[in-house]
Amino acid sequence: MIAKRAAEELSPHSIVNLGIGIPTLVANYLDKDNYYLHTENGLLGVTSVEEEDIDPLLVNAGKLPVGEAVGASYFHSADSFAMIRGEHVDVAILGALQVDSNGLVANWAIPGKNIIGVGGAMDLLVGAKKIIITTNHVSKDGSPKLVDKCSYPITSNRKADVIITDMAVFKWKDDGYELTELIGDTTLNDVEGHTTAAYRINEQLLQKETK
Amino acid sequence: MTVAITEEAQHVIENVQTGDTIMVGGFGLIGSPLTLIDALTKRDASELTIISNNVGEAGKGLGILLQQGKLKKAVGSYFTSNREVAQWYNEGKLELELLPQGTFSEAIRAGGAGIGGFYTKTAVGTDLAKGKETKEIDGETYLLEKALKADVALVRAFKADTKGNLVYYKTARNFNPIMASAAKYVIAEVDEIVEEGELSPEEIVTPHLYVDAVIKSRLILTKDGVIERE
Repeated sequence: MIAKRAAEELSPHSIVNLGIGIPTLVANYLDKDNYYLHTENGLLGVTSVEEEDIDPLLVNAGKLPVGEAVGASYFHSADSFAMIRGEHVDVAILGALQVDSNGLVANWAIPGKNIIGVGGAMDLLVGAKKIIITTNHVSKDGSPKLVDKCSYPITSNRKADVIITDMAVFKWKDDGYELTELIGDTTLNDVEGHTTAAYRINEQLLQKETK
Repeated sequence: MTVAITEEAQHVIENVQTGDTIMVGGFGLIGSPLTLIDALTKRDASELTIISNNVGEAGKGLGILLQQGKLKKAVGSYFTSNREVAQWYNEGKLELELLPQGTFSEAIRAGGAGIGGFYTKTAVGTDLAKGKETKEIDGETYLLEKALKADVALVRAFKADTKGNLVYYKTARNFNPIMASAAKYVIAEVDEIVEEGELSPEEIVTPHLYVDAVIKSRLILTKDGVIERE
């Protein structure tokens, strides 16, 4: 559901990098002729692969087997991250542990645990032209993931442009997030009850929901 | 300079000495020089600093060197793939330097290109920026990152010619070409060695001037895991 909604945010012919988890599922909802998927381990033109065609040396950044689209290209890791930092990737769709009122994202480390892995998270957040965060609205224990201030270590100073959860869609506008859409049967009260981050409600949505 | 072509991984790995810094290619086991790593596990050299995205997996690839206690320090971006790394680190038996993957790969490219360091926006304002110098350039804050260089690089390519020119295979390319440029002694492990002139000059990714020795790969990654070549 989240992945399907995220797919609708993408303009045709854009260069998209999908993070691990929910973001990977976005590929299932894209018309493969209209999008170019980039993976930071060195491929532009990622596509799905049938079981019998799996090549152990052809994987995405999550080390899952992928296929090679027509017109694909391979490059080494430094070039791949130059594409990312150099703002040549249009959109990165990433997961998150927390996103806060200031738009900051925490998605690489958990306090109290060993910090021994970061991968490409910081480079993607700083470099892609547009950042879409896809995440469940609350964590497994029910606590809000959209918080006033991240208690987990932040990944970048860069703000996320769009947040898509299983309850709602938020877009960064001017100086804060605006709730623009409710998913499924979610009500404004549901969102309010599960969100500690500050946000405004889009005028039209407010009118529609309070009629 | 001529390239050494040999069937004997153990012979070329003698170039690794105790205390050396070693770059090792691969994204997990994909594009990892498994035959050379295996030879290194049999080499009597310790106190090694490994520059590699991961320290293999638990008991696999570079993970074996960790278990042997031969590693002093690891520099990379994603050690999470080997759960034993945290254990060694917490016991104070392994130093870690964690870098964002883009910073890690750019630092290697810089090392090979005679650049001492570079300014990047990645990691500014995060825990990984602690203790690092920042600089304002055209109104934006950048972080100073130092280049990475090594004594020996172990890389995995697809084919080499007898001069040492290298081509790669799909996403097994990853860190290998940049590592081949950033070490004093570079050993490439390949599936196939062809005669000079058989690779198109246009397709060569790593020109032979970077490469010191080439060996034929014995351990290969397949759908069914790592197997010994027939």
